[in-house]
Amino acid sequence: MANKFFHSVYLNGELCKGCINCIKRCPTNAIRVQNGKARIIKEFCIDCGECIRHCPHHAKLTRRDHLDLLEKYEYTVALPAPSLYGQFNNMTDVNLILTALKLMGFDDVFEVSAAAELVSEESRRYVREHPEKWPVISTACPSVNRLIRVRFPNLIDHLLPLLPPAEVAAKLARKRAVERTGLSERQIGIIFLAPCPAKVAFARSPLGIAASGIDGVMAIKDVYQILLSYLPAAEKNPQELASSGKIGVGWGIAGGEAAGMITDSYLAADGIENVIRVLEDLEDEKFTPNLQFIELNACSGGCVGGVLNVENPYLAKAKMKQLNKYLPVSLQHQEDHAFLDSGELYFTEPITYEPVYQLGSSRMESMVNLKLVETYMKEFPCLDCGSCGAPTCRALAEDIVRGFAKKEDCIYLLRDYYDTLKKSQLLQETGNTKKTMEGTPYENPGIDR
Amino acid sequence: MPSLHYEYQVSGDDFTRAGEASSDIKNKLKQMGVSPSAVRKAAIAIYEGEINMVIHAGGGAISVEILPDQIAMELIDHGPGIADIGLAMQEGYSTAPDAVRSLGFGAGMGLPNMKKYSDEMTITSRVGEGTTVSMVVRFE
Ligand SMILES: Nc1ncnc2c1ncn2[C@@H]1O[C@H](COP(=O)(O)OP(=O)(O)OP(=O)(O)O)[C@@H](O)[C@H]1O
Ligand code: SF4
Ligand code: SF4
Ligand SMILES: [Mg+2]
Repeated sequence: MANKFFHSVYLNGELCKGCINCIKRCPTNAIRVQNGKARIIKEFCIDCGECIRHCPHHAKLTRRDHLDLLEKYEYTVALPAPSLYGQFNNMTDVNLILTALKLMGFDDVFEVSAAAELVSEESRRYVREHPEKWPVISTACPSVNRLIRVRFPNLIDHLLPLLPPAEVAAKLARKRAVERTGLSERQIGIIFLAPCPAKVAFARSPLGIAASGIDGVMAIKDVYQILLSYLPAAEKNPQELASSGKIGVGWGIAGGEAAGMITDSYLAADGIENVIRVLEDLEDEKFTPNLQFIELNACSGGCVGGVLNVENPYLAKAKMKQLNKYLPVSLQHQEDHAFLDSGELYFTEPITYEPVYQLGSSRMESMVNLKLVETYMKEFPCLDCGSCGAPTCRALAEDIVRGFAKKEDCIYLLRDYYDTLKKSQLLQETGNTKKTMEGTPYENPGIDR
Repeated sequence: MPSLHYEYQVSGDDFTRAGEASSDIKNKLKQMGVSPSAVRKAAIAIYEGEINMVIHAGGGAISVEILPDQIAMELIDHGPGIADIGLAMQEGYSTAPDAVRSLGFGAGMGLPNMKKYSDEMTITSRVGEGTTVSMVVRFE
């Protein structure tokens, strides 16, 4: 099995200044600054991209594929995420973007939004047929899924067991490419143009399926400039490639997936802090029992807010709404229904709880450690100053019991320690030589540092 | 045997803060490796209790004792008290004012849920003096 804690987000140690901006922004407290450099704790990270968004030195980056990947395959298919369409000014025809993708070197395109329409249709059926799973929680944002896996075990059962649209698109695109070219599956490269690190991580280490059908993931921002340069040529000779409507394209913005459910009984939250609040409340059963569906996006504004996009999320959202006016509601094809009925949209692997926050290997050890955490907490100043490299005093206390840190990492405790050391040294010195005692210029060294 | 003690104050005029105790306890139980289903039971029980203290009693205090195999919660308030506990325990019985109902509370399901999700529950109450709800959730 692929590394279940594979991450696409990583640190460039040379650029990192150890400034602790990121440790405060990470929603899962996954970052520590140690020896002047940030470090990501892999069990806690959910690839949400917040640290990338907020690092003033651009030291947090996303692992991804680059254009040279195209050369590895006989035939390549681009899978553009719907948010790509929100990156361009005055765009009224998706065909122009899709044509430009072909001009820049892809042999074919398959819109993720087309697959999203199938996922919407199957989601409607699933929610209708499974009232015992209400509220069903969307699984389209891999960051949210990873969060639930480590922090909200009671909600795993509510997860919509359907593949995300990009994965469905990969299956359909490969099938079509084999039919069209007669090539073997391995000669075909299915390349997803993604808005975020979470999607990159999913393709390498998916949840719900054993292996992803996506061969490579490129960032929207990496292809954007190239696409722009091909748009004039695309305008002269546009090809009819678009195969999705409002419902599919709408998935790129917050609330879009929920709108595709065609029910009033839904809730949509975007922005990771809001998502966490909703999940906390859900776990305490604070919602009405007839709430049917919950859409959650880690990024504010939905996938147009992903850090691998170019455009400001709110402008992108406005542009997508504009573009959507020209689209039909939904475009479905005959062969799609056969695919829906085949059950190929469903998860094949269970999602299981990963208790990464547990403080010990047994209940007893965890409890003793938790008690130790509480003891440290009484000693710490509880200022959450971050100087120790942990985001909060509590996180430092937990690190200590896990063996990653020591008490003296707290600069306040270190100062106290230094004070007592100095005092005992002074006492010793005064015992030995009376002369220095008279000349002692200060009482309490170390206070004004 | 190790034990952990926590105290929470529940403010009587702030709805948005109800749930703080339950959320804190939830995180601690998860760190202890308590099974998800027991975490869920404790969280729901304590949250319903918090809300009741906010809506019906003007706030109160929660004290929690965690042992390796169970959590015991005591919710103490000095509100109006409950005249007929048997009646209050009935599903659907509620005296919640309309303003609170419009927020989605007042279905009269809080106490019955606390009973359902805890393994032991006792209520003592005196009209005019206050209410104490004690609950135990066992982990296995
Ligand atoms: N701490 C309390 N102090 C005074 N009265 C209480 C207290 N807790 C509950 N009650 C009384 O018992 C009734 C039933 O409580 P219960 O929690 O079951 O329902 P509710 O709070 O009215 O509605 P819901 O919990 O479904 O939102 C309340 O309406 C109230 O009259
Ligand atoms: S990607 Fe998100 S979860 Fe991971 S370290 Fe950065 S901010 Fe934290
Ligand atoms: S909301 Fe969309 S863009 Fe943001 S992390 Fe989730 S899947 Fe990626
Ligand atoms: Mg109640």
